[in-house]
Amino acid sequence: MAVLLIAELHGAALATDATAKALTAAKQMGPVTVLVAGAGIADAAAAAAALDGVEKVLTADDAAYAHGLAEPLADLVVSLASGYTHIVAPSTASAKNALPRIAAMLDVMVLSDITGVVDADTFERPIYAGNAIQTVKSADSVKIATVRTASFEATGAGGSAAVEAVAAAGDKGLSSWIEDKVAESDRPELTSAKIVVSGGRGVGSEEDFALIEKLADKLGAAVGASRAAVDSGFAPNDWQVGQTGKVVAPDLYVAVGISGAIQHLAGMKDSKVIVAINKDEEAPIFQVADYGLVADLFAAVPELTEKL
Amino acid sequence: MKVLVPVKRVIDYNVKVRVKADGSGVDLANVKMSMNPFDEIAVEEAIRLKEKGAVSEIVVVSVGVKQAQETLRTALAMGADRAILVVAADDVHTDIEPLAVAKILAKVAEEEQPGMIIAGKQAIDNDMNATGQMLSALLGWSQATFASDVTVEGESLKVTREVDGGLQTISVKLPAVVTADLRLNEPRYASLPNIMKAKKKQLDEKTAADYGVDVTPRLTVVKTSEPAGRAAGITVGSVDELVGKLKDAGVL
Repeated sequence: MAVLLIAELHGAALATDATAKALTAAKQMGPVTVLVAGAGIADAAAAAAALDGVEKVLTADDAAYAHGLAEPLADLVVSLASGYTHIVAPSTASAKNALPRIAAMLDVMVLSDITGVVDADTFERPIYAGNAIQTVKSADSVKIATVRTASFEATGAGGSAAVEAVAAAGDKGLSSWIEDKVAESDRPELTSAKIVVSGGRGVGSEEDFALIEKLADKLGAAVGASRAAVDSGFAPNDWQVGQTGKVVAPDLYVAVGISGAIQHLAGMKDSKVIVAINKDEEAPIFQVADYGLVADLFAAVPELTEKL
Repeated sequence: MKVLVPVKRVIDYNVKVRVKADGSGVDLANVKMSMNPFDEIAVEEAIRLKEKGAVSEIVVVSVGVKQAQETLRTALAMGADRAILVVAADDVHTDIEPLAVAKILAKVAEEEQPGMIIAGKQAIDNDMNATGQMLSALLGWSQATFASDVTVEGESLKVTREVDGGLQTISVKLPAVVTADLRLNEPRYASLPNIMKAKKKQLDEKTAADYGVDVTPRLTVVKTSEPAGRAAGITVGSVDELVGKLKDAGVL
């Protein structure tokens, strides 16, 4: 067994939380080598080498990998694939983009969003928006998997792996990067936040979403939104929690004006404590909530923000 | 430019999924089936590009059971021009894996020579999020996944993508595979006259064997189970009580 873990980067920096959670899953499959592919990544490589249990860190430092474009990254990973029994990455937008491409180039299936490692060939993954959990055994020579980070604890520091540079695999120029529009925020990142406050269609407007944001800021929380709120234009899509958005499992999840559609529950029902505030006492969100408050959110949320 | 749009027949997104008691899968007998919602967005995008004059013909393809022809008729009623059904399974419970679907679609693309393929980013049954990327790899094309905006610019596409933390804009050379995210557009409903017209549109039926593709699964389903449930919670009467409970629970 030999596992290649593709590190997640934010720009040139290691996305430590996502990478360390995927590492926990990867270590259950075999000894782990981490690949850091990007531009100007010496610090990221050092951070990856310091994670507990990493055997080796490979670096591919080249402008072709600076923006996570799938085609050059896939070519690189395929050039390195020989000798590995597993190729894994955290289930981020960039890994979901690249890993199925890598799998097809190697003529193997991809295992998307695994939530459990049964053994080196057998994995658990959610299907139907988390309404069923499938246990699947792979017959492929190389297992390629994205790891749902909310399902694994992060591996801590304590490693001192050797760092080794590998040759870049070129860029055929199929795609080129134009720009990133990343919202600047002092709030914690949604998928790694300890507390998440989410608003739904009940919030009613983009302006009133400020109520949700104020409560989140009081709690030091990330802000989330249901798909209904995103569809209605109240919140940006990168706040979306659910089957088609992000999957989160914070210590505390506060759902405000969210009815609790199946597709939303799929993204948050593994949270440790769930609070629901909704004026409709029949709302399905109350079936998963530890603490339910049947109230008008426009009165309850400001009061809660004040009393915390 | 010709556009190919793969569509999948899946359980309707409003239907509550039931896991079969014997753990063999999800019960799909006598359940309402519809077009995968992300594929509807892909069909809509192709139609809008055609309305703008950037696209000349829209061919929709479905790989699966014979009943998927209903899904193709829906796409034709929305405004696609022609359909290809590739029958690859007899039982509605058989899900053809993304790798096999991508191999069949690659063969279809070799025959049809489209300038672009627009697919949904993920099917809401197996939640794999893989077919578009795999198809792009097999064809050696560029890929633009999770698209929220697509503009044709000569021999390339300018695509805005939904990524973690915001949006990324890239340029991809044609031919390309694009996968549609939620905000790309809002799909139209087919009008009754268009549903009638769609019945007369061309729908060719093929099999996986016609394309020489082996659809034997690589993944064996060991079991399918219900997710762990949550213990029932309590209803609190006031904000003060809520704050108290959260403090007691140690989360504040």
